Amino acid sequence: MTRDGRGTVPSQADDPVIRISGVRKSFGRQMVLDGIDLDVGRGETMTILGRSGTGKSVLLKLIVGLQKPDAGSIHIGGQEIVDVPLERLNEIRKKLGFLFQHAALYDSLTVEENVAFPLARHTDLPDAERRQRAAELLSRVGLEGDRAKMPSDISGGMKKRVGLARALALDPEIMLLDEPTAGLDPITAAEIIELIGELGKAGERSAIVVTHDLRSVEALADRVALLKEGSIVIEGSFEEVSQSDDPFVAAFLRPTFGHQHV
Amino acid sequence: MKASLIGFLEWLGELGVFCSQAFRTAVSPPYEGRELLRQMDEIGTKSLPLVILSGAAIGTVLSLHTRDTLTLFGAKSALPGLIILSVLRESGPIITALVVSGRVGAGIGAELGSMKVTDQIDAIAVSAVDPYRLLVATRIVACTVMLPLLTIVADFCAIMTGWLTTRLVEPMALSYYIGHGFELVQFNDLIPTTAKTAVFGLLIGVVGCFQGTRTAGGTAGVGRSATSAVVIASLFVILADVVLVKLIIVMFR
Repeated sequence: MTRDGRGTVPSQADDPVIRISGVRKSFGRQMVLDGIDLDVGRGETMTILGRSGTGKSVLLKLIVGLQKPDAGSIHIGGQEIVDVPLERLNEIRKKLGFLFQHAALYDSLTVEENVAFPLARHTDLPDAERRQRAAELLSRVGLEGDRAKMPSDISGGMKKRVGLARALALDPEIMLLDEPTAGLDPITAAEIIELIGELGKAGERSAIVVTHDLRSVEALADRVALLKEGSIVIEGSFEEVSQSDDPFVAAFLRPTFGHQHV
Repeated sequence: MKASLIGFLEWLGELGVFCSQAFRTAVSPPYEGRELLRQMDEIGTKSLPLVILSGAAIGTVLSLHTRDTLTLFGAKSALPGLIILSVLRESGPIITALVVSGRVGAGIGAELGSMKVTDQIDAIAVSAVDPYRLLVATRIVACTVMLPLLTIVADFCAIMTGWLTTRLVEPMALSYYIGHGFELVQFNDLIPTTAKTAVFGLLIGVVGCFQGTRTAGGTAGVGRSATSAVVIASLFVILADVVLVKLIIVMFR
């Protein structure tokens, strides 16, 4: 089944690269995630939508093991990541590329050193080859001339590009992007979305994009999941969700999808 | 009051867990050798100007104060011994630790605090690198190793400026000053008192890293972490000194 240039949507029979089952998470008395079940297939981009403060970023942090769920399981590539030794978790993390909401660049390192950091830590590449690989990655995000700059010297949009380049350094199987367009002007946001579409979705790479930016959904999503009050209220293909009669779903998606049905 | 006590006990408990985690990563491979050397340079080498100045000031002040007092009691000949013993036993170690606590403790608290609030520590973790091993263990080990070395530098500067200050007032050969000064110095005046600064360094490193990695609340939180790192580390150093002095006396009597 193919949709308009967005690639093949995997069938239900394919093993998911990410399987989230019954995940719950609370902070004190506040329930943030209340029984989340979600699968992401190979080569698929899953967009997780929801209002601010509904646990979207928390879900991403659970997936990469930065926090532990109170209940439930998370499997990446068929391997459980909850309550596993750090060494095993780190082996799984090498297959992930994470773009933080504000890029989270290391401010004591240059742009080039930031991008080369995963290569320096996890490959045996000599220094010259690492720098060449970092230069290639920076070239793909349009920042080849800014290699020597410090993170404090570049704009928010440029930081996102560097963050994206760093996330791609080890050619990950799965990309996780936390609000990739947050804080950016519309033009820069559109450029980042386009870049993610070109680079982040290459080949069999799967992706989870957490956002409340509907332009990102429209441009990137193979499947959409909408979070409300800790639960997924609807999940499905782009077309299925956009045709929902649920008032909350319609109100959330209407600015983008409403005019398409006129 | 009850809430404060509970909060303090929670803090103490978290500190214990943190120390356990930091110790495990510090003593088990893989070791972050390059980062450790970088931290030793940052903590040790870059603290040298401050430590030299502080040591020099201690020696000068000790000489000025001690000379007048000893003259009162007709015991001016004891001046070199008193200066050197005072520097080696207590002034050098404690002043070095407090000065380094201010510079390094605040620096570590602020640096790790700003990394925490900007997700850099999480970014390191997601890059499949143990942030405790890379950031915390290296800083704690570097503080522990460098404090005794910095103390030796401070002691040297204090002893020399003690002589120079005395020399300004009356003729005293350096050989006389050193010879008479070290007559009374014994093993437990030098080695244990310098070694105890390793404990001070450990406390400064642990508190700075602990407060930094717990930072919350944006830039205001970073400021609070830096301040609290200095205050708590200084307090711990002073309390530890009381315990260690007694321990040294008992062990090396």
